[in-house]
Amino acid sequence: MARISQDDSGAVVIIGSGAGGGTLAHELTRRGIKVVLLEAGARQSLATFSQVPGDAFAQLTWLEPRTFSGSSTVGIDYPTLPSWTCKTVGGTTVHWTGATPRIRPWEVRSRTTYGEIKGASLIDWPMEYSELEHYYDLAEKRMVVTRRNGNPGLPASNHFKVMYNGAKRIGYKRVHTNYMAINTRPADERGFCIQQGFCVQGCKTGAKWSTLYTEIPRAEATGNLDLRIQCRAARIEHGENGLVTGVVYRDPQGKEQRQKARIVCVACNSVETARLLLLSESARFPKGLANSSDQVGRNYSCHTGGFVWGIFDKPIHFWRGTTLAGIVEDETKHDPSRGFAGGYHLELAALDLPSLPLAGLPSTMWGRDFAFVLERYRNMAGIFINGEDMPRATNRITLNPKVKDSFGLPVANIHNDDHENNAAMRAHAQRQSKALYEAVGAIRVVSSRQTPATHNMCTARMSKDPADGVANAHGQSHDIANLFISDGSAMSTPGSANPTLTIVALALRQAEYIAGQMGTHSI
Amino acid sequence: MTSKTLIPRREFLGASGVLTGLIAAGSPLALLAPSRAWALELKALSSSDGATLMAVARTLAPHDKLDDAAYALVIQAVDAEAAKDPQVLAMLRDGMRTLGPAFATAPEATRVQQLTAIEASVFFRTLRTQTFGVLYATPLAYAYFGYEGEAFSKGGYLLRGFNDLHWLPEVPPEDSGPVPGA
Repeated sequence: MARISQDDSGAVVIIGSGAGGGTLAHELTRRGIKVVLLEAGARQSLATFSQVPGDAFAQLTWLEPRTFSGSSTVGIDYPTLPSWTCKTVGGTTVHWTGATPRIRPWEVRSRTTYGEIKGASLIDWPMEYSELEHYYDLAEKRMVVTRRNGNPGLPASNHFKVMYNGAKRIGYKRVHTNYMAINTRPADERGFCIQQGFCVQGCKTGAKWSTLYTEIPRAEATGNLDLRIQCRAARIEHGENGLVTGVVYRDPQGKEQRQKARIVCVACNSVETARLLLLSESARFPKGLANSSDQVGRNYSCHTGGFVWGIFDKPIHFWRGTTLAGIVEDETKHDPSRGFAGGYHLELAALDLPSLPLAGLPSTMWGRDFAFVLERYRNMAGIFINGEDMPRATNRITLNPKVKDSFGLPVANIHNDDHENNAAMRAHAQRQSKALYEAVGAIRVVSSRQTPATHNMCTARMSKDPADGVANAHGQSHDIANLFISDGSAMSTPGSANPTLTIVALALRQAEYIAGQMGTHSI
Repeated sequence: MTSKTLIPRREFLGASGVLTGLIAAGSPLALLAPSRAWALELKALSSSDGATLMAVARTLAPHDKLDDAAYALVIQAVDAEAAKDPQVLAMLRDGMRTLGPAFATAPEATRVQQLTAIEASVFFRTLRTQTFGVLYATPLAYAYFGYEGEAFSKGGYLLRGFNDLHWLPEVPPEDSGPVPGA
């Protein structure tokens, strides 16, 4: 691993080591570019991943406080955890479930396709779908995605058999064990899936792709990466010419440090990316960096989500097996006759016993009704709804000066009001899921409400018109040529696909661009 | 146990109480517990507080065949929070005062009615979170609900039933995938 001087103003500094930052670090270092990678969390490994659900959660999760406002039920059901993101080397690629569907062609033209929708801030993406497709191909090869490039699918679990038969009986056609960045057989110097069901606790066989044990060690092997763990960025600095010059961060001892930079790439997951840009306000940029459009933090999108649980009178043991290896793709379409714009995926989802009561069921449930469900834990099946979230300018990350983090900096406030399009979509998805389960004999179906966002997107979005967003089609900020957005924040709209594949695809594209720009001394 | 004389004296001193119980013979917990008799010493709460909170937990999550020993772990966690933070203790005392001394022995319908009336309170939300957060995370609950938990150390569920469901038709190969080693 390289040691890069803090005064070296030739380095690229990447903040965050997840899907975006970790991939970008590898892509730049393998091209001979020196990278300092700042990661707020500690470094775990296959050996240190906890398999006790509560401990694993604490081991991987960003637990600094965040506040919530708005009418979304997330604020009622999960007041202390409105968004579930990671603080660990590898970021959310450690706790993600490995599901890698693609965003669909009409979803990158949602403003044009859906037309004007009241209370929404939709824009089209500033790139053609064909451009994105090229990078999807590269990302799927890199991550060894199942059902792509001749890779076999994951085998059907008990749990998927229930989803599959129910879906087929109500007429769905496109139902399979999902596109997964989880090895069916050994590949990419990683193990294969042994159907543990502990996907969100960190995968102990490494079957699930994570930058922790793919991109990051490969970047280290180039000799061009200086990974600094437990180093949390506090602000990005700029010079008189308006270009960024470096990053101020706290080291593991809490001491302030300063790293100079030629380019800064922000990849802290959408809530913290927006917060860091806002925290970096200055006399020249009083609204925060890259924020002349006032779009930083706005259009905060999750996915229209929630669980639907089917309760049966026969055993399923849904915790046995890959957590998300199942998908129904039929509702992923734009068909306004359903009463809403955009579409959704139904994905297989199991929860471990300790997590189910608080994370999976509505907070209004307790007593005999609640016990009826839990008593049938062996006989449960689960669906996770993953639908397009209608972006709103007022759904927004702001700084909350009343609540400070452990370094005394204002925390992020997440404001979220559910758009009526989301409510209509969620209700439709819940009805369809109920019908699916009843078609195979469910004795009871229970729906949760919106769950904490593990998918956070669009808070520094790419836009053709600088007035509509924060960055151009390469994630380069409109205002500052050497400041890049390198995570899901840059997505122009959320689409209905789990975001990791898209984040990796955009990082691959951005790396090419940055290397090219550096090569021609344009940056 | 000499608690008959000990408990009132401790309560008089404003100190702790004790919760005791006996695990039913034949319960799956009997296999896990070192002994059928159990006792839990409380740091901040009295014995009658313990009984009230036990009734709250059993009303929130009424699993008739699950021993009090499992619920006692909830009370232990609540007591530990109360011992750390006087504000929590005061909040709990307020809530228990609202429920009244008869709550612990009231019929279930009455307990449900009383808790429904205070659903929006911090007391209720805290007890619901603590009960659900602790009760289902214990080995006792794993055994009772049939959850098999961590599987890496046993080679996953690949050879231990991840696809042993036979009450529905199999998934055709094109929508499934090969089982490693099969």
